[in-house]
Amino acid sequence: MIEQVAIIGVGYSGYRSLTPDLSYKEMMFEAAVRAYQEAGIDPRADVDGFVTVAEDYNEGTSIFDEYVPDQLGGVLKPVHTIGGDGIHGLIAAYMQILTGAMDIVVVEGHSKASNILTKPEIMAFAMDPVFNRPLAAHPYFIAGMEMQRYLFETGTTPLQCAQVVVKNKANALQNPIAAHPANISPEEVLFSAPVAEPLTQLEIAPHADGAIVMVLASEKTARALSDAPIWIRGVGWCNDTFWLESRSWSEAWYARLAGQMAYRMAGLRSPRYDLDLAEVDDTFAYKELQHMEALGLCQPGEAGILTEEGATEITGDLPINPSGGSLGCGHLLDASGLARVLEVVWQLRGQAGPRQVEDAELALAFGWRGLPTTSGAAIVLSN
Amino acid sequence: MSKRRVAIVGAGMTKFVRRAQETGKELAFQASKMALDSCELTLDDIGAVCLGTAPDAFDGVHMKAEYLSDGAGALGKPYMRSYVGGGTGVFAVIQGWYHVASGLFDTCLVVCEEKMSSCQPHPQGAFLTIFDHTTERALGPNLLWIFALEMNAYMTRYGLDKRDIALVSVKNKRNAADHPCALLGDPNITVEDVLNSEVLAWPVQRLDVSPISDGAVAIVLAADHVARRVTDKPVWIEGVGWSLDTAYWTNRDLSYPTYVEEAARMAYKMAGITEPRKQIHIAEPYDPFDYKELHHLEGLLLADKGEAPRLTADGVTQRTGDLPVCPSGGLLGVGNPIAAAGLMKVAEIFWQLRGEAGARQVPGNPKRGVAQAWGDLMQVGTVVVLGV
Repeated sequence: MIEQVAIIGVGYSGYRSLTPDLSYKEMMFEAAVRAYQEAGIDPRADVDGFVTVAEDYNEGTSIFDEYVPDQLGGVLKPVHTIGGDGIHGLIAAYMQILTGAMDIVVVEGHSKASNILTKPEIMAFAMDPVFNRPLAAHPYFIAGMEMQRYLFETGTTPLQCAQVVVKNKANALQNPIAAHPANISPEEVLFSAPVAEPLTQLEIAPHADGAIVMVLASEKTARALSDAPIWIRGVGWCNDTFWLESRSWSEAWYARLAGQMAYRMAGLRSPRYDLDLAEVDDTFAYKELQHMEALGLCQPGEAGILTEEGATEITGDLPINPSGGSLGCGHLLDASGLARVLEVVWQLRGQAGPRQVEDAELALAFGWRGLPTTSGAAIVLSN
Repeated sequence: MSKRRVAIVGAGMTKFVRRAQETGKELAFQASKMALDSCELTLDDIGAVCLGTAPDAFDGVHMKAEYLSDGAGALGKPYMRSYVGGGTGVFAVIQGWYHVASGLFDTCLVVCEEKMSSCQPHPQGAFLTIFDHTTERALGPNLLWIFALEMNAYMTRYGLDKRDIALVSVKNKRNAADHPCALLGDPNITVEDVLNSEVLAWPVQRLDVSPISDGAVAIVLAADHVARRVTDKPVWIEGVGWSLDTAYWTNRDLSYPTYVEEAARMAYKMAGITEPRKQIHIAEPYDPFDYKELHHLEGLLLADKGEAPRLTADGVTQRTGDLPVCPSGGLLGVGNPIAAAGLMKVAEIFWQLRGEAGARQVPGNPKRGVAQAWGDLMQVGTVVVLGV
């Protein structure tokens, strides 16, 4: 029998498209202070371990974990870094508490994307150095090809993809911390600059700066410290192939397996009806639809239709990305998964203000590691 | 203290070499295959995969974990990479431990790979980017410089001679002559050889240092009930500990590794060890530089502060001594493909406790051993206590 673990405090800094006034250390500190205050803990006295998610090339620093402990209050404590999405970090902390050796563990993720002058080049450095990098193509071509194949196999239309952007950016208007909210039309999305056919400029989540910190605790401690703990019901993560040449181009297999693992742990049989909302990766507009299908929230080819019909709106049957997602909030690099979880925590606590989903009790967050990877992580949470 | 016992049931290791013909993926594959074969398991039996590898800059690959994932056997599996610089090799075991101890998985494959030679012209270039971008990097520091500062601080604090420290290099390189995977074994090396080697950054000389290397090591972890089914010689992970000190290393006392002591205390507490010097029979502290073995023996509470050189001079740390230290040959002898070198230490304790270390086997049926790694800006300690 797996013991219960809860999120008892969350904090953030940002999200903003530019943050010339703060260093990443200051952003981490701001987010950490908020999370510690909410959880009512002192990091020096109460926290048993710290986990950060980061990637060296995004940071511009090799062995980035060196720069983690000071701002979090983690000096001379068990601190480590996971090269993964924010939800991978949450899962690492979750497992540490489940061992019984740790009681309170803190997770941190951040993005200082505005400092990165060469994002496409860095992304290209994630491609196989022998077989793919010499093509010297902008990695967005992978998204373009995948979107093409997805549309072809599922019958989803470009208009339906554009409607994801319209929905998410409109949701972000209700979210005070979103960096890229907008009131736009599907036509504006469809006729924005083509990037890698059929993918257009406005279908790509723009980057943002931000830091997110979460405090996790074992059941006993969570009940003692918090009036509204958000319980982790299930986690799942999975890695598909690195090879462009042998992956599935239409289905997000990694998301399907990650979702199945998380649902099995949470005891969910029909996620579509059990879940009250989901925050899923939407780095590209079609990814939201592809991930919804892989995660069993609908049948293949159905996600676009549901979006068209409004079922994925905040007021719909199956609200997806009420926060605005990465398209509306901004893509926070390795912290994107934590941004999805942050919204789920607020929704389950009933703190989401004008974008609150009614009677939200059980929700899913799903993160993807971005191009050219096929790694995803899922977490099911309840209040 | 953990609710579920976790054992190491298999291990595999490639030869450590200066320029491997294999890619990093292939090295990871070879080690993983050997580890699985050694306990007669296949990837189908593996629940999750943990990968350890140090900076992405060595390979020039962003998100290196993704790139190495197929070599590590992670296709379609829960897969996670941790990194704590040089501490990664031992931390990866800790990460695998919490995967299994949490109850989420019954088995976990832990793989550590490093391919440093692909970094041209030299991996030192990658290390230039580990320093603080504002306060330190502008000075153009080299890793060897800060280790020279630390070695000097240690020597000055305790009035040590270079000869006291060179003994470590001699011991380990001689030990490594018995290791089939070793890059730097030398049965005939003397203290004079070390003292006469080229000065890199005083007091660090060439033979005080383990040079760059390529290699991979993998181990298989299993929960209690699986371990007993798979092998009659499981080696239990009795305690784990890790600690990260401040990034502002300039403000620290460089003569003592407090972070190693913190990590060791955590691991000892979990393992129920109250008197480490009596209860630990064999140690594999991290020795990328010869003074670090001494430093770490003190941090692991296996020697009083400043006393480790005397233990070395007295032969206590020889394979036949009271406390065999780095019977594998350590990084100084076997080689230093960073993350793989740390996991090599855990694998060595595994083989020693099972009595499978061949010519390197320490006498007296050791029952408990400790492996430790260190890294980042001289600020991280990772410790694993193993027992049978």
